[in-house]
Amino acid sequence: MSEFLQQLVNGVTWGSVYALIALGYTMVYGILRLINFAHGDIYMLGAFFGFYAPGLIVAAGARAGEWLEGAHRVLHGVPVLGPGLGRLAAALSAAGSMADALQALLVLVIAMVGCGLLGIVIERGAYKPVRRSSRLAALITAIGVSLLLENGGVLVFGPDPKFFPQIIPSSNIALGGGVTISNQQVIILTVSILLMFALRFIVTRTRVGKAMQAVSHSHMAASLMGISVDRIITFTFVLGSMLAAAAGVLVALQNPKIEPYMGVMPGLKAFVAAVLGGIGNIPGAVLGGLVMGVAEVLVVGYVSPTYRDAIAFVLLIIILLVRPAGILGKAQAEKV
Amino acid sequence: MSLSTRLRLGLAGVIALAVLALGCGGTGTDELVIGEYGSLTGNDATFGQSTKQGVELALGELVAQRQGRIGGLKVRVVSEDDQGRPEEAVTVVKKLLNQDRVCAVIGEVASSRSLAAAPVCQEAGVPMISPSSTNPRVTQVGDYIFRMCFIDPFQGTVMARFAAQDLHVRRVAILKDVKNDYSVGLAQFFTEAFTNLGGSVVTEQAYSAGDQDFRAQLTNIKGKNPEAIFLPGYYTEVGLIARQARELGIRAPILGGDGWESEQLLEIGGEALNGCYYSNHFAADNPDPRLQEFLKSYKARFGKESDAIGGLAYDAARVLFQSLEKLAEQDPDTFRGLASSKAGTAARRPADKKLRDLIATTTNFAGVTGIITLDENRNATKPAVVLAIRDGKKVYDTTINP
Repeated sequence: MSEFLQQLVNGVTWGSVYALIALGYTMVYGILRLINFAHGDIYMLGAFFGFYAPGLIVAAGARAGEWLEGAHRVLHGVPVLGPGLGRLAAALSAAGSMADALQALLVLVIAMVGCGLLGIVIERGAYKPVRRSSRLAALITAIGVSLLLENGGVLVFGPDPKFFPQIIPSSNIALGGGVTISNQQVIILTVSILLMFALRFIVTRTRVGKAMQAVSHSHMAASLMGISVDRIITFTFVLGSMLAAAAGVLVALQNPKIEPYMGVMPGLKAFVAAVLGGIGNIPGAVLGGLVMGVAEVLVVGYVSPTYRDAIAFVLLIIILLVRPAGILGKAQAEKV
Repeated sequence: MSLSTRLRLGLAGVIALAVLALGCGGTGTDELVIGEYGSLTGNDATFGQSTKQGVELALGELVAQRQGRIGGLKVRVVSEDDQGRPEEAVTVVKKLLNQDRVCAVIGEVASSRSLAAAPVCQEAGVPMISPSSTNPRVTQVGDYIFRMCFIDPFQGTVMARFAAQDLHVRRVAILKDVKNDYSVGLAQFFTEAFTNLGGSVVTEQAYSAGDQDFRAQLTNIKGKNPEAIFLPGYYTEVGLIARQARELGIRAPILGGDGWESEQLLEIGGEALNGCYYSNHFAADNPDPRLQEFLKSYKARFGKESDAIGGLAYDAARVLFQSLEKLAEQDPDTFRGLASSKAGTAARRPADKKLRDLIATTTNFAGVTGIITLDENRNATKPAVVLAIRDGKKVYDTTINP
């Protein structure tokens, strides 16, 4: 029994990562009716941005420290300002040795901001020009962007795996009954849940979220109500990319091996998770991700690890046969 | 088809052939081209990088001692990257044989990739020396395939004996990579040897290289409460698995084979690997002067410590150089057949056959990884060392003789 509970804990943590990625798929689909196949690669880039972020933080801290040190020397004569700047400079130089949690948070934020900006570039550069063309054109563009990011990643980061620094040392927390959870699993779960609630808040409670909902109903009607559809679409991409980046950093914290193709399989599976929950439906994506994670872990644990990747697609086939709109999706009559 | 068209077609064919022949013929000066292939990139990139550097070091010594010449021919090594994929290994070895016209091939480390490329060398009649593939099937491909290391039936026995007699454990769990010939073979040989010694394998779990999450398998293993875990995989997954095992509260020592040998093992696994053991081809803290001199010159040249993979590649290159020298001395006429300009001619095959025969008779070669004598199955018989990981360092624990 404790073994089964442990498998459930493993499955739920793994599933919460799928849920974070699936949210991006589902939001973009909800707004644009586009499957953004490059989404899994944004997840990969999130991990890589996180990988390079600590160096960036230290370098930026040191640079700012030097600059302030210089300013401090110049302003030495000025009574109050001089010593104050000096203290600030020392503090910034020590940025490299700041507390683990704070550094992890900074890494997460840098990766999310980086991927958010990238989301804008991808949307403006690749998807906007083909928005008025057929949906197939957009889909093929998405596959193209995905290949570009993967192979660009090989070119820039190199094809061999990198090892994510251990920002937060792992430790065990016993849950009783022989079930344990690591602090990193707790972090994954907490951050995922927080981000999902933040997303829910943005979508249901803020003006921009309401605009997103309006755009997902009808671009035309939304623009007639004075909503800038382009801006909302860009915003959606930013949000989705940030969530994928967060997933990338969280996974890398726990499983430190990162490489340019690491997003392919999780991306596909998160897509299946989004379909499973009902694509376009935000709680559905979370549910689909969790189901997927648990199903995968149980298959590996009790059937055979060779079916690890197969189970995702078995689930996809079953859901398409039994309930094509997904678990939480509403069936819609498609006009032909 | 009219006669004139046929004539024209025929003529075009003749001209094309002539152009091809010209293109192949004129290579300028004669050289001795040796091919080397390995995973310079990919999941187990340090295997290929160490192999390449081991070969480069041997070539560097040849250049320093004799201007890089054997029997009057300048030696050139062509290195290819197979990205850690068996199908790519076939492609690059075909390229080495057909385009670079190499007279011998050194490679691979991973048995799956050696097994993929060996039939190509065997069919072409070009000797292939695998420095460090331990799966027994590699040299069974044919009589042109050699190796510089021990084989897995022995390595499996080594770790089984070590577990039963040194660690005194009786209940072991196995976690193997199902898509990897090396891992599957080593798991099987370990099981056989360990049950013969009175131990039992309580569960056998599997994963595939490239997986990120191994908690499901480890949870099953934890449920069986083994005294040790045998993990015959490659270093990348080993590091991740060790971490996750410790996170799940598994304290049992993890045992493994030479697939763990990489400078990155400890970088990935970190503290989780303390108290684990693996079998290897040499221990860097062995005071043997030949080994220490090799380690020193490797460090001087590449600025880092060599692993056993690099040492085996160095030995493979030197065994090949020695055989080439012997051939040049004993039979200079046949030896000339190995020159690059003779590629594709009738002189090449008998020359490669003679080279094969000379490699096969390698006896008591003083390598840095031990004394190398090839048996009738073209395998080296050498003792294995067991390394322990303590406080983030690999230290020599014991030697087990065949």
